Amino acid sequence: MASHDNDIPGDEAPEQHERTYSTGHLSLDKSGEDASGTPADGIPTDSPEAPPDLDSEAAQIVHQDRDIAVAVGDNLVEIRDLTVQFGGLTALDAVTFDIRRGEILGLIGPNGAGKTTCFNAMTGVYKPTSGTVTLEGKPLRGMKKHAITRAGFARTFQNIRLFGEMTALENVVVGLDARHQTSVLGALVRSPRHIREEKTSIEHGMALLEFVGIADKAGELARNLPYGYQRRLEIARALATEPKLLCLDEPAAGFNPAEKEELMALIRTIRDDGYTVLLIEHDMKLVMGVCDRIVVLEFGKKIADDVPKAIRENPAVIAAYLGVEEEDADGAA
Amino acid sequence: MTSPIEDVAASQAHADEQAEETRKPTRFAGLQRWWNGLARPQQWLVLGLVAVLLYALPLLNPPLLTTPGYDFPIVLCDMARFALVALGLNVVVGQAGLLDLGYIGFFAVGSYVAALWTSTDSTMVKIPYLATLPLAMIVTGFVGVVLGLPTLRLRGDYLAIVTLGFGEIIRLLATIIPALKGNTGFQNIGSPPGAWNGKPVFTITNGTPWFWLFLTVIIVVTLLLGNLERSRVGRAWIAIREDEDAAEVMGVPTFKFKLWAFTIGAAIGGLSGALFAGQIGFVNNQKFDVATSMLFIAAVVMGGAGNKFGAMIGGAIVAYLPYRFGFIADKKYLIFGVVLVMLMIFRPQGLFGARNHLLAYGRSIKRQAARLRRDARGDAALKEGA
Amino acid sequence: MLHALVAESWLTFHWSDFLSNFWNATFDGLTFGAIYALVALGYTLVYGVLNLINFAHSEVFIAGAYAVIFTLSGLGFGPSPPTLSPIAIIGDLLVALLAGALTSAIVALLVERIAYKPLRARNAPRLVFLITAIGMSFVIQYAFFLWRGAVAEPSVTMYQDKAIFIVFGSTIYLSQLIIVGAAVLMMVGIDQLIRRTRIGRGIRAVAQDPDTATLMGVNRERIIMTTFVIGGALAGAAALFYVMKVPQGVIYNGGFILGIKAFTAAVLGGIGNIRGALLGGLLLGMIGNYGAYLLGDAQWIDVVSFIVLVLVLMVRPDGILGSNLGKVRA
Ligand SMILES: Nc1ncnc2c1ncn2[C@@H]1O[C@H](COP(=O)(O)OP(=O)(O)OP(=O)(O)O)[C@@H](O)[C@H]1O
Ligand SMILES: [Mg+2]
Repeated sequence: MASHDNDIPGDEAPEQHERTYSTGHLSLDKSGEDASGTPADGIPTDSPEAPPDLDSEAAQIVHQDRDIAVAVGDNLVEIRDLTVQFGGLTALDAVTFDIRRGEILGLIGPNGAGKTTCFNAMTGVYKPTSGTVTLEGKPLRGMKKHAITRAGFARTFQNIRLFGEMTALENVVVGLDARHQTSVLGALVRSPRHIREEKTSIEHGMALLEFVGIADKAGELARNLPYGYQRRLEIARALATEPKLLCLDEPAAGFNPAEKEELMALIRTIRDDGYTVLLIEHDMKLVMGVCDRIVVLEFGKKIADDVPKAIRENPAVIAAYLGVEEEDADGAA
Repeated sequence: MTSPIEDVAASQAHADEQAEETRKPTRFAGLQRWWNGLARPQQWLVLGLVAVLLYALPLLNPPLLTTPGYDFPIVLCDMARFALVALGLNVVVGQAGLLDLGYIGFFAVGSYVAALWTSTDSTMVKIPYLATLPLAMIVTGFVGVVLGLPTLRLRGDYLAIVTLGFGEIIRLLATIIPALKGNTGFQNIGSPPGAWNGKPVFTITNGTPWFWLFLTVIIVVTLLLGNLERSRVGRAWIAIREDEDAAEVMGVPTFKFKLWAFTIGAAIGGLSGALFAGQIGFVNNQKFDVATSMLFIAAVVMGGAGNKFGAMIGGAIVAYLPYRFGFIADKKYLIFGVVLVMLMIFRPQGLFGARNHLLAYGRSIKRQAARLRRDARGDAALKEGA
Repeated sequence: MLHALVAESWLTFHWSDFLSNFWNATFDGLTFGAIYALVALGYTLVYGVLNLINFAHSEVFIAGAYAVIFTLSGLGFGPSPPTLSPIAIIGDLLVALLAGALTSAIVALLVERIAYKPLRARNAPRLVFLITAIGMSFVIQYAFFLWRGAVAEPSVTMYQDKAIFIVFGSTIYLSQLIIVGAAVLMMVGIDQLIRRTRIGRGIRAVAQDPDTATLMGVNRERIIMTTFVIGGALAGAAALFYVMKVPQGVIYNGGFILGIKAFTAAVLGGIGNIRGALLGGLLLGMIGNYGAYLLGDAQWIDVVSFIVLVLVLMVRPDGILGSNLGKVRA
């Protein structure tokens, strides 16, 4: 694998895309290798396809990338005074925070705090009442949803929204199409570009599915996939759009602790591959473990924004979560 | 131990089967499994044979299929016309999930294009009949854009009612605009050139050459639509049908692709209208009843969501049954209306529940699997060496 | 050459006709508009509650029209005006109104139960709802076709129409007053029903947020059925006025175009908005008539209405009054 491992996807260089996905180092997850399709326990096996030891691998990959972009930690996304109102209800109230390049930023808060609304406002699903979202200094206001996606935001949905009548692979290829150039006419006459794109998209799509660990069911209809596969497929489909920022809305909802742990490892690998991640998750323990920084919302307002250690001791956060057992918060998702 | 990608080859092949299972398998399931199991050249061979058989149909006039009381080749033309219409409408309704209830309107526009530019009754400039086919597509495509622009941004319901209105309005315009000659209509509509033994090949009394023309057009259109289906265009359409918001968030410019679907559908409707005008040689305002739009929808729905072969068969059946069984002729709207409602309630996936293949090189997964496996082995070897 | 075509045989504008008939067209348009408005209410209510265009509503309407005309001819009405006392005529008309409203309400309810409920139960995609709706529409239409044939029912005259007074040189007829007056009254009644009663509250709650409404103890299915019944009854009432205005118009496909116009009225005023339906109906009635006089043929009414629909959707898809049923405040 060694020869491929240094190809780190850069946010800024789409042409690296091809190499990224076709390399073997993405095969973090073991469940994909498992013929039975059940998520493995995370212990590397001796088989040729077995993934290398995670930590050393990730560290190795990250190292170089951090040198370029992550170490700088400049602001990838700036959210300023973002407000969303539904009639009389202010779901998001002048929320301001930054997302730094290469980090995993956690977005937490009790049910109904406005986390999903924040995603929706960022990705153009809701029009913010006021406030701005800028990506690398460019304001996104007024852009169409699909344009925002191409500008670099990708997301998953809290309630899974896959294209049910498409196979897993086709779902991912829809995401890849966001970067494709073929016109209707080009497709009609099978232009060379169309053929090129179609060929590479199979390769990339499969690599992505392998990466999230569901390649064994690539040819199955999305709506027939097991729940865990669907959640992972959402991530693969979002990754396929080559985002600068990957927004995950409770990607581990409904998972058991082992599955959650595994998913968090996957998210870490995604970050290590050079993506910036914004993560909504109710399970405090997990969030604390995986995030570099955490933003806490309550009733639409930001009440804290700090590293996990400080969040844990923040009285406002403790108050917000007081009486809300983790299990409750989790189950309600 | 198998690699995941190898399993894919198997599971890809097995996907349609699975789809079948979840959709209550029909007697067509076996046929479909057989078809999907064939290699590409074998499929082409089978298709070729089917095509030859179809071309031979008007000459064979098979005893059970034939239509007593009606000229069989002419009936075949009608079936082909419905099949072509269903093929076009399938793009709009079946694939992009847009309800176009005014398809007869586009069909009518196409017919009038052929009439206005070729009929001796028209005061317009005359052009060769074959040139009206692309012209009809352009004009109807343009009408499609004009109708689609204001409505496709809105919820699907608006498109449905606007197209429904459009279907009726076109007929009305044909009645009240003097230049369109209302009930009098246009006679002597042009036909393709060519003579055999000194007699013209394309006449309004001989359906056979027209059927062959229809069939050729259908084959060409099917191939082109197949190209679109297995591309980002087809994927965008299905994605829009499945979940428009999610598609948009995944970077699909949904409005653009909806407009394309609507326009392409309109153009194919116009094309079939122009062919129809030439075949029957006469166009007036009586031929474009809105209720026919409902028959078109029924044809597509019978075929199953987005399945172009199903849609064509559906179209042919809808056209054929009233000829074959004369006693249902005056009840056809009622019968197919009931069929439509029953299908929607009990079997919304249509009679032939096939799914679309949306990847141009979906079949190459097998080859890929082998290659990726080699790579993996190479990597492992490298690692061991290190 | 193109210019000649456009000028001579495609379109001709009859400006003097239009101007001399302006007020006539206005008052007559208002009468038609009142009928559109009543039918539009059915679309608007169902749309508000189910977010669905009930394509079969036009057939719900025409079923009412059949009921009205059968009732009236059963009561002895014929092509010439009856020789009854005004009180007796009013009594008979009320019976016909009741018959129309009842028939339409029943048909509307049947459509709901047969076609839409099973789809709702299995959470079918929107496209399936729409296709079923249009399928139902054609089924009812062609059931009437098979039963009554392709000819209009023989017309009935309910009373000797007479001029009441003259405004701007244009005569106002009794029928116009009755139709507009009754329609406006009914619309106000429905408006109050939605705003003030328990049923109305339920309808509004379901329109606003079906899930929450269900949680709060509103019986959604009952509300949906009620909505179809109210919409149907109004269409049946509209059918009486329609027969009054267009006695020769009861034919199997007679509801079709009227349905599209009523829907246009609903969209023009703001779909889901009850006052919008009235406003949209009256406006559309006038606009259509202006178009007919200007272009010199009554059939232009339909074309002009359709163009209005497309223009409204292009410019202001939320309609003039915007808003929706859920947002109506008590
Ligand atoms: N489309 C909408 N219309 C009206 N209110 C909305 C809408 N979307 C969200 N809300 C309201 O905004 C508030 C914030 O909702 P949001 O979904 O953002 O919460 P959340 O933090 O994601 O909660 P959860 O943990 O349950 O997912 C809630 O009170 C919700 O009811
Ligand atoms: Mg949420």
